[in-house]
Amino acid sequence: MSEKKLLLGNAAIARGLYEAGCRFVSSYPGTPSTEITQFASEYKEIYAEWAPNEKVGAEAALGASIGGARAFCGMKHVGLNVAADPVFSAGYVGVNGGFVIAVADDSGMHSSQDEQDSRHYAAAAKIPMLEPSDSSECLSFTKKAFELSERFDTPFLIRSSTRISHSLGAAELGEREETELKEYKKDAAKYVMMPANARERRAAVEKRLAEIAEWAESCEFNRVEYSESENKTEEKIGIISSGIAYQYAREAFGDNCSYLKLGLVYPLPTELILDFAKNVDRVIVIEELDDIIESWCKKIGVKTDGKNLLSNTGEYSQEILREKILGIKPENIELGEDIAIPGRPPVLCPGCSHRGMFHVLKKLKLFVSGDIGCYTLGAAAPLSAMDTTLCMGASISGMHGFNVVRGAESAKKSVAAIGDSTFMHSGITGLIDITYNKGVSKILILDNGTTGMTGHQHHPGTGYTLKGEAAPIVSIEGICRAAGIKEENIKVFDPCDLTQTEKILKEELAKDEACVMIARRPCVLLKTTKTDKKYKIKQEGCTGCRLCMSAGCPAIKFENKKASVEESLCTGCGLCGQLCRLNLIEEI
Amino acid sequence: MNTKVTNMMMVGVGGQGSLLASRILGGVALKLNYDVKASEVHGMSQRGGSVVTYLKYGEKVYSPVICRGEADFILAFEQLEALRWLPYLKKNGVIIMSTHKVNPAPVITGAMEYPKDISKTIENTGIRLIEADAFSLAVQAGTDKAANVVIIGILAKLMKDEIDKDIYIDVLREQINPRFFDANLAAFNSGYNFI
Ligand SMILES: Cc1ncc(C[n+]2csc(CCOP(=O)(O)OP(=O)(O)O)c2C)c(N)n1
Repeated sequence: MSEKKLLLGNAAIARGLYEAGCRFVSSYPGTPSTEITQFASEYKEIYAEWAPNEKVGAEAALGASIGGARAFCGMKHVGLNVAADPVFSAGYVGVNGGFVIAVADDSGMHSSQDEQDSRHYAAAAKIPMLEPSDSSECLSFTKKAFELSERFDTPFLIRSSTRISHSLGAAELGEREETELKEYKKDAAKYVMMPANARERRAAVEKRLAEIAEWAESCEFNRVEYSESENKTEEKIGIISSGIAYQYAREAFGDNCSYLKLGLVYPLPTELILDFAKNVDRVIVIEELDDIIESWCKKIGVKTDGKNLLSNTGEYSQEILREKILGIKPENIELGEDIAIPGRPPVLCPGCSHRGMFHVLKKLKLFVSGDIGCYTLGAAAPLSAMDTTLCMGASISGMHGFNVVRGAESAKKSVAAIGDSTFMHSGITGLIDITYNKGVSKILILDNGTTGMTGHQHHPGTGYTLKGEAAPIVSIEGICRAAGIKEENIKVFDPCDLTQTEKILKEELAKDEACVMIARRPCVLLKTTKTDKKYKIKQEGCTGCRLCMSAGCPAIKFENKKASVEESLCTGCGLCGQLCRLNLIEEI
Repeated sequence: MNTKVTNMMMVGVGGQGSLLASRILGGVALKLNYDVKASEVHGMSQRGGSVVTYLKYGEKVYSPVICRGEADFILAFEQLEALRWLPYLKKNGVIIMSTHKVNPAPVITGAMEYPKDISKTIENTGIRLIEADAFSLAVQAGTDKAANVVIIGILAKLMKDEIDKDIYIDVLREQINPRFFDANLAAFNSGYNFI
């Protein structure tokens, strides 16, 4: 029985995993890829887990594949940087059970620190890559990727993007094909990558790639749609595109152009493109981010337009394509230039545990080596208390380098601020770098008991697995102790208590040794966090000094020269009460 | 083939329920056997940022996003967001706006002012604006969480010649937790009877 359902791209990928008989999923969250693994975990037939980071997830999934199961790992584009090491070698080792890796790019950087085109990884690792363009293809491509992975003895990459992963579209549901656990046969020449074996496998990779390239010429993932429209443009335009860019192109140019839609974006076909180019007058390559298809066309001698008209930065849309290629500007309402519309950037939530912490960091005027998570919003006004943010984990290691060159005094005026999930992901090795090399940097772990930024996933410190089962708590304090931080240099406190927070920070900063301060207060959005208290500001006596607003709580508004609490937004953290010098803020 | 695609935008602030609104309207379009696409916002901007969700349906939908001058309807759950996204509306489009206001960071910090007379600014462009205190209507219906459903009720009335009211109610029944269904139905009806 087949059934059509509206599915998020990520849910469709998860459904593809289910239908393909995938048994093992190990991922680390990252927008826009997170929900693939969350949806996969809802199928009882699939073992699904959160790994502490993407490298571990990819290795675990390859292990499951070698163990004979169909296995999967999902991540965002920067996650693939972290997982790159095992992924490259996985290309050499190949698979036993099918192994599929999904990577979701974030063109436009809706939720990321950088923009990357993951297709480069496919080429660099010589691993084939499929790129679906809607939910229906998310499901069918994922499902087929397992079969192909086994047929060609290679991992398969699936590239998504924010608009694919987070768009709803109809998809046809099928049944799960249960797969047998394949026999594991010891085969060191295939599975042990030491130079002698790797040289053999290197050749095998090239041979495999040639086979896949030949298959690419006629595979079902690439299709030509010649224009059948009456009012064909006089010049016959042929568009080569893939993924979400294909959808924008289709919407902008309709049936007036012909299309070569590529679903397999590595390796790219040669004859198919040459043939398509022969049948049209002008070829335009439309691909988001880098000029990968276009460069390939150049290499095989096909003249195209592409990045001469379109940017290699940010997202495309039908509007951009119409404007840049057809010269058609949108017809829209213009609001006068005199209307100033305030932006609405994301902010720390009312009651967020990070707010008090960053208020104190600002007050103490510290250099803050920051990291990635909700707390990166501590870099924004009015808190403005972060100096650097690079990638997950870099706060601690970066702090170490900074302080080594700037000397011991620098370590008394600086801290590395890192979230609990980020600490588990890649902060631990930085901590070890400090203790092992006799560093004296101060580390602040912002432990809100969850992976907040990506929508509250469990991690090794929360005491629960992805499937919601109770699990041993990996203790942050315990890790710090084991890494060599002295017991007296580990402090735990509630960052919403400003007096205590400031006192502890001052004491620890004065020390000549490495210290770890753990600011522990649960994320206000967790279901288990109590938010039933409300505060109000006595209007009589309010001088409008705005001190209560200095930490940037969105629940405080300022009208008629007085501050007041928007009751519907207040979650009762009481931070504002500690900021008011006139003691006008009290619990309702 | 009928190439007409109906474009709707849900705009508001993270956490106001625009996702649910697009799922409900998507469910309605699917029941009518249309091809449906919707683009949602997850991640960073959900933390109190400006959030826009696109919903498109027709015989065949390609792009999941809506660009300037393309929306038939904008459902705005907050005033400033209505103003921000107005250029996305077709010149003959309709905007349904909740009178609710949420201060953005630049207003909270005192760097900027919340624009005054937003409804007048919108009406001055010649656009058809329907304003409703959806929050209060939802509270009267029994849940402060259903301002989005009130707005959907208003939309349903505007589209009554194309889509039967009962289809929305069927979808609400399918998608809303049974415990809150009655209040949501009341919210939907108060929107439907608002105009
Ligand atoms: C390599 C990599 N993987 C995943 C992400 C996505 N991501 C950004 S921050 C974050 C974790 C945030 O959790 P935590 O450190 O606990 O801070 P919180 O958001 O809870 O304050 C994740 C998973 C990323 N940016 N880079």
